[in-house]
Amino acid sequence: MKWIFGDFMSKNTLYDKVWSAHTVGILPTGQTQIFVGRHLMHEVTSPQAFEMLRDRKLSSPNPKLATAVADHVVPTIDRSRPFKDSQAEIMTAELEKNVKEFNLNYFALNSDKQGVCHVTFPEQGIIWPGQLAVCGDSHTCTYGAFGALAFGIGTTQVSHVLATQTMAMEKLKVRRINITGKIGKGVTAKDVALHIIRTLKVNGGVGYAYEFGGEVVDAMSMDERMTLCNLAVEGGARSGYVNPDNTTFNYLKGKPSAPKKDFDRAVNYWASVASASDAEYDDVVEINVSKLEPIITWGVNPEQGITVSEKVPALDSFSGKAKEEALDAFNYMGITGNQSLIGTKVDVVFIGSCTNGRLSDLMQAAEIIKGKKVKVRTLVVAGSAEVKMGAEKLGFDKIFKDAGCEWRLPGCSMCLAMNPDKLIGNQRSASTSNRNFKGRQGSPTGRTHLVSPYTAAATAVEGMFADPRKYL
Amino acid sequence: MAEFVIKENIISSVSGTAIPKPANDQNTDDIIPARFMKEITFANMGKYAYCDERFKDGKEIPMHPFNDKKFRGGSILVAGVNYGCGSSREHAPQALYRYGVRAIIAESFAEIFAGNCASLGIVGVTATAKEIASLIEFINNNPSEKIVVDLVEKKVKYKSIEAPIEILEGRRRAFLNGTWDALTILQQNKEGIKKVKETLPYLRFE
Repeated sequence: MKWIFGDFMSKNTLYDKVWSAHTVGILPTGQTQIFVGRHLMHEVTSPQAFEMLRDRKLSSPNPKLATAVADHVVPTIDRSRPFKDSQAEIMTAELEKNVKEFNLNYFALNSDKQGVCHVTFPEQGIIWPGQLAVCGDSHTCTYGAFGALAFGIGTTQVSHVLATQTMAMEKLKVRRINITGKIGKGVTAKDVALHIIRTLKVNGGVGYAYEFGGEVVDAMSMDERMTLCNLAVEGGARSGYVNPDNTTFNYLKGKPSAPKKDFDRAVNYWASVASASDAEYDDVVEINVSKLEPIITWGVNPEQGITVSEKVPALDSFSGKAKEEALDAFNYMGITGNQSLIGTKVDVVFIGSCTNGRLSDLMQAAEIIKGKKVKVRTLVVAGSAEVKMGAEKLGFDKIFKDAGCEWRLPGCSMCLAMNPDKLIGNQRSASTSNRNFKGRQGSPTGRTHLVSPYTAAATAVEGMFADPRKYL
Repeated sequence: MAEFVIKENIISSVSGTAIPKPANDQNTDDIIPARFMKEITFANMGKYAYCDERFKDGKEIPMHPFNDKKFRGGSILVAGVNYGCGSSREHAPQALYRYGVRAIIAESFAEIFAGNCASLGIVGVTATAKEIASLIEFINNNPSEKIVVDLVEKKVKYKSIEAPIEILEGRRRAFLNGTWDALTILQQNKEGIKKVKETLPYLRFE
């Protein structure tokens, strides 16, 4: 890792350009009033916002700049209504009522557009370079893959955006992260992202937007860029982005909600928002990934990760508060310092989520699982109806089902377990999701290890953590 | 410039006893696990605050600072680095607010959490690791002593000690002039909003 510090402020970056284009004015507090060009919503963080509007007798002046979908609480097997879980039913029905009352765009539950918000919205072509996009969800930073300035907001802020199309904010600093080298076989965008987080730490990005660039990012597909940007927030950065290029424009061409008649004009505009060649950053860091191997997290936050060749750090390698925290993580996870994770048995494998629920992720998992049997419960959850249809067209559903996996309907599923898909007791899971926090997968004592789709698939096949590269 | 002061919302200081919660990187899943967010109002969130840490097999863990009798009624939470990281769920600050927390002093905050606190009127300020350590020691030894977070002087005061605190200037002003509930001031500049809407090229792409 190489650091370049400057005492300059960012200038002429995509962040600066998009921020400036959306600035309405400076509020009496000194904060910036910022215009929101795309407002995305889901069922969990929006009901109270609509209620706040009703309380104040406000309407939404720009309803068509907002699109909503239900994903967090929806069951991934039986979608018949009412849902068996009455809270999930009430919450979903509330969203359906609200989008109707406020006249917002809605991807209905059983339509071919339903899915995990951060999978389906980009896939439908709603997210474009240069947009300022918000959602009451921290993984909104996923849309940065398109060169949009995108970040999560709270429910009160959702009500502000609904009522005024604006919100009060302070500008972030911009850190350029150059990802250099040549990525090895079996190493994915997920591993790169987890490596960045363990290098810069989970709080390294506090106060920053991350601009990801360099030869590795240039060569990434949109799916890979989405995985990378999705995890920016796990490194503390509220927003992360990649400058738009031909990969971005080619992806958007022909997508249902992408510009049609004005496509060429749009491309010109999109290209113009990329960071200029003389852009200045608050700081720059280079991370070389040539020697990177697949990563498995061992602890209770995403920076606590090791490669398949490394051992869990010894307790004595930590000191002070970090030592207490490592010990706490060891106890919770039921592991010890100096052990290897390869060969450690797991109970459940989860393949899906807004991090790794796209077609290319399922393709990687299918590549390893094809023709084999899984040894543990393995949930494969397509990120959207479109991903599911695409996967079925390619026969992945058959590969997964023949291997003994569960092939489920699109939703957030076991990433955060606000639905029936949960760990039980202290089950250990290998998960392609984004958070290994305590209790994250639905059991207060459940143990989550974050991995790539390749590693998840190899682990499913062996019933214990495995290096996926021997299968590739 | 127009005056948008809403008098009753002015927050110039928060005083009360404190709750020590010094770990780093406490995430919003710790503060409120997702399974408690399936309610469509925030009304019950207070009782779920730190639920999985506070209870084991349905029994209260008496040592947890949110259970410990000596810290009951505390309104100032003292935390470590990157407090409130993870999910954007406003349920987390709502849970703390409804539990009784009115100010948080931390080494640093996750961005989204900090914004959520500000829009609820929870005062979030930062202090150095050294100041936090002294404060935690003081609270543990003097749990019934009052702590004052003073936004006018930008200081945390306890006993005879006055330590410096930091807060984004815009947020400090929003508390001091009573405009932290930003909706009112956001609604004022209708012309400015219209102008940006008309100048953003992408809103007109077909």
